[in-house]
Formats: sequence, structure tokens, C-alpha cells
Amino acid sequence: MDPLHYLAAHEAADLLARREVSSVELTRAAFDRVRALDDSLHAFLTLTEEEALAQAEAADERIARGDAGPLTGIPVAIKDVLCTKGVRTTCGSRILESFIPPYDAFAVQRLKEAGCVMLGKANMDEFAMGSSGENSAFGPTLNPWDKERVPGGSSSGSAAAVSAGMAFYALGSDTGGSIRQPASHSGIVGLKPTYGRVSRYGLIAFGSSLDQIGPLTRSVRDAALVFQAVAGHDERDSTSATLDVPTVTEALAPDLKGMRIGVPKEYFVEGMDEQVRQTVRAAIDQMAGLGAEIDWEVSLPSTDHALAVYYIIAPSEASANLARYDGVKYGYSYNEGASMWENMEKTREFGFGDEVKRRIMLGTYALSAGYYDAYYLKAQKVRTLIRREFDAAFQDHDVLVAPVSPTTAFRLGEKTDDPLQMYLSDVFTIPVNIAGLPGISIPCGFSRGDNGSRLPIGLQIIAKPFDEPSLFRAAYAYEQANDWHKQHPEL
Amino acid sequence: MPLTPEEVRHNARLARVGLSDDEVARFQSQLSLILDYFQRLQEVDTENVPPTAHTLAMHNVMRDDEPHPSIDKEEVLANAPQREGDHFRVRAILE
Repeated sequence: MDPLHYLAAHEAADLLARREVSSVELTRAAFDRVRALDDSLHAFLTLTEEEALAQAEAADERIARGDAGPLTGIPVAIKDVLCTKGVRTTCGSRILESFIPPYDAFAVQRLKEAGCVMLGKANMDEFAMGSSGENSAFGPTLNPWDKERVPGGSSSGSAAAVSAGMAFYALGSDTGGSIRQPASHSGIVGLKPTYGRVSRYGLIAFGSSLDQIGPLTRSVRDAALVFQAVAGHDERDSTSATLDVPTVTEALAPDLKGMRIGVPKEYFVEGMDEQVRQTVRAAIDQMAGLGAEIDWEVSLPSTDHALAVYYIIAPSEASANLARYDGVKYGYSYNEGASMWENMEKTREFGFGDEVKRRIMLGTYALSAGYYDAYYLKAQKVRTLIRREFDAAFQDHDVLVAPVSPTTAFRLGEKTDDPLQMYLSDVFTIPVNIAGLPGISIPCGFSRGDNGSRLPIGLQIIAKPFDEPSLFRAAYAYEQANDWHKQHPEL
Repeated sequence: MPLTPEEVRHNARLARVGLSDDEVARFQSQLSLILDYFQRLQEVDTENVPPTAHTLAMHNVMRDDEPHPSIDKEEVLANAPQREGDHFRVRAILE
């Protein structure tokens, strides 16, 4: 059996239920692991050990009373994009370095009600803008599989904390791949639910028509349990869906008999890593062996335009959302200027990092007079075409499968000087956000890095809106036929 | 078409982001490349295609207009960089 710190959350919950371990013991083990590893990995920005131990004691009492749910007493890392009442929430930015939210995000509130133990706040690219974790104002997170490489981003700390066995699971957010891509690069499971499934209340806004909260976990079953805990209607988010949340744990079955799987050919492009291509194709062949019908000829012709659509829409929404950081209500404030305007401009000059400024500038440009029709409106129209192509593909297929990213984890510094190359790392995850679909990344093998390290590869499964049950069914059957999720980095 | 330094500065002013000369030069070349990449969308035929603002079939979500307490004033003001009484303090906005 795995050492305690590498147990899946549901396995840890079984031990708790049988009283073979206590939540306090799990929590202490997690902090021991953090102390041993996190000086180098840097997955956490803030640790909340005292509160965590109090939550663990409360959880142990709940378990003793027979009042426990599946996540009661399980230690979790929360991406620092989610507001946590009374606990510093930086969003990876200097501008929020000392911000203490007066309320909990809906998803955090739900986990607290479920009896979670919050270990702390996880590192991330500033304002969730990035694909490597290197845009954090507080320094990058390293990949537990190879410390010369990035863990992916923007949920970099969440992914590394789960991969390295510091947290049993984590919450992240995904605007263009920020849960699935780091999950893929870090060898874990990452779920982006359907847009509208999880309330965005208390999620620090980036691209409001794209942002979704979801779990990063060490098993598909764990992702299902966390999904069920955080999904559901919330009137404080006007885009929160009013649909009932399906019991996705009931969809977890060991075979794929009768499942119709489509493979979009545009997701196997020239220039992608050959080991990624072969590994993903082998995974799809294996799904056929589990009973699925595979259609290799699905076409989503607008895929090639999705990246441009995304990098117009997301920065446009970001430029509006980030207008709130004016140095007046909260956060960093420059006050030495001669005027209110100078103070505001300097606040934002010194408070924001390069990538955030770049995206605010892009969005401002795309929305400005004379350019709106050519950029923003055009992107919204192509967005419609991308959606329609997915709708058509789901007429005849239950799920689509594809790679998560064209490469495995890249080296620190490899793409920091070339924003467009960095953006291309999300080319296979972005269309899912544009169309508002649910998507999951699950481990499907490894490649060999040129320095001999083993680098995880992720398989992406995509379903139609609100059909998370099909997503989980496909993911679970593949996972159970393999042991990729049982392999952990040597640390 | 590459952006000029003046366009970068104008755009920064619209966004109320101060930029150093160094940043103006860097953003000028980086943003020009990215905007150039966006040109590929002009090839797409979007005649009679409606825009998608978000992907849910919902519009104008309303809730009942019932008063309920909001976050406590002290908690809200606790994060204020500069405070005067129950107000956020800012520089004079009228000259």
C-alpha cells in the first residue's frame, strides 16, 4: 500500500471511517511533508497549520459521532485565487499581497461544511494568467517529477501539492486549461466542470465567461467526490446553473461498453511531441479494448482559431475585471504621487507583473474604439462557430478524447520571453472553455525527458455541457485498467 | 501592422497602467506579434453568425428584491489602504 501521504482522498476517508487513522494524524503527516519538500517545490504561499489542526480535531469529533461525509477530515490545498475568510488571499500578485477577504468563496464554504482541513493557499500564476506558474509574484513552483521543469499553470501550486503528496487534493480554477494542463504535467487528475456548474462567488475574476473552479486529485473517484461537494446552484453567481447535480460516483464503472468516443483529428497536430502523440493514441486504443467504439475521423475545423479567440476574449474580460485594483478599496496602494490619477497608474505599474499588464493592454486594445468589431466582436462570432462544431460532434459521440497539451512539462525559463509560445501550450484545452464544456485530464503514461526524468502525459476527455457523468465514466474505466495514477514522483 | 510607442502609451493610459520606457519597448514588440497572430480570424467567414458572450442559455437572472444584511462595514474597511472615518480616503479628484 502507498505511504499515508500518497493515499487517494477516498482511501484516506476509508481509514478515517475505520478509525485506523485520525484526521489530526493525516494533517500532521501533510505538514511534515510540506516542511520536508516545500522549501524547494514552493507549492504554498500561505500555510494555516493552527486552523488546520483545529479543523482536524473538529473532523475527528464528527467522525466519532458518525456524522462524516466523504471529505470530512481530509487535508486540502486551496488555490490562492479563491477567497478564504480571514486568511490572506494574494491571487499570486503583489497588488493583493496583504489582502484578507471578509468572506469565503462558495466552493470553500462548501468544503468547510463538508468538514475539510485547509492546509493553506496554493501558489499560482498571477491572476491565473499563465501556463507554467512562473508568473507568480512570489516565485515559481517546481515540478515534483523534475525540479528543472514547471508543473504547468496557472494552478501550479495546487498541482505540485497533490502530485508530491503534500495535500490529498486541491481546488484550482480553469479559464483556458489552468486545471487540466498542470494536472497533465504533474501526473494527476484535474477536472474543469461545465461552465455554470460551480459558483464563481469568491473566485477572483479573470475571464468571467470562461472561469470555472474544479478539483485536482490523485484519482478519478476523488475528483467525483469533490465535484459533488462543490457543484450546485448559488444565487450569488448569476451564471450559476439551476440544474440538479448528478451523483457522478454512480457513473464510475469498469468498462466502456457501448460508449461512443470521438477523436478530433485537429488535436494531433504537426510539431507536437511524438511521445505525447503515441502515448495518447495508445490510450485511445486501450479504450476500444474496454468496449468503446472509437471514431478517429471527427473534425473540429475551427480548432486552429480557438487560441486567437481566447487571447482576445479572456484579456478583454480581464481588462474590465482588473479595473477594480485601483489602490483605493484594498490591496497595494501608491500614495506618493501628485494626483489621484498618478497614484492609480503607479499602483497598477508597481502592483501588477508583466503578463498581467500585457493582458490588460491586449484587452484594452481589443475593446477600444475602432478595434472592437475587428477583434472582440469577431472573436465572439468565431466562438459561436467553435461551439456549433462541438455541438455537432456530440450528436454522434458521448465523449471526445485528445491530448491535454502538445508537450510534456517544459523547463523553467524556456518560454518566459516568448508569450505566444507560452500561449500555445494551452492550444488543446482552450476550446473547451470557449464552448463552456466539461473536461478532465487523467494520467495516461510517461515520456523520457532528455535528462532522463520521467515526465507525465495527460489524456483529455471532453463531454457535452452538464454531462459530467459520461466524462467520469470514461475517465474511471481507463484509470482502473492502468496504474498510472498509482505512480508517484521520487522525492 | 506593428504598434507605435505612442499607441502603446495611449493604450496604457486608457487602462490606467503606468509603464516604464523599457516596458513600452518590450510591449510594443510583444503586443505587435500577438495582434498579428489575431489577424488569422479575419479569414473566417462570420457572415450571419451571432456572437456568443457566454455559453449558458440564461439571460437577466433576477432574485427577489428582499433586503438582507451585507458584509459588516468594519470588515470591508479593514482592507482600506487609507481610511478616514467610515470612508475610503483618496486624493482630490477635482482640480
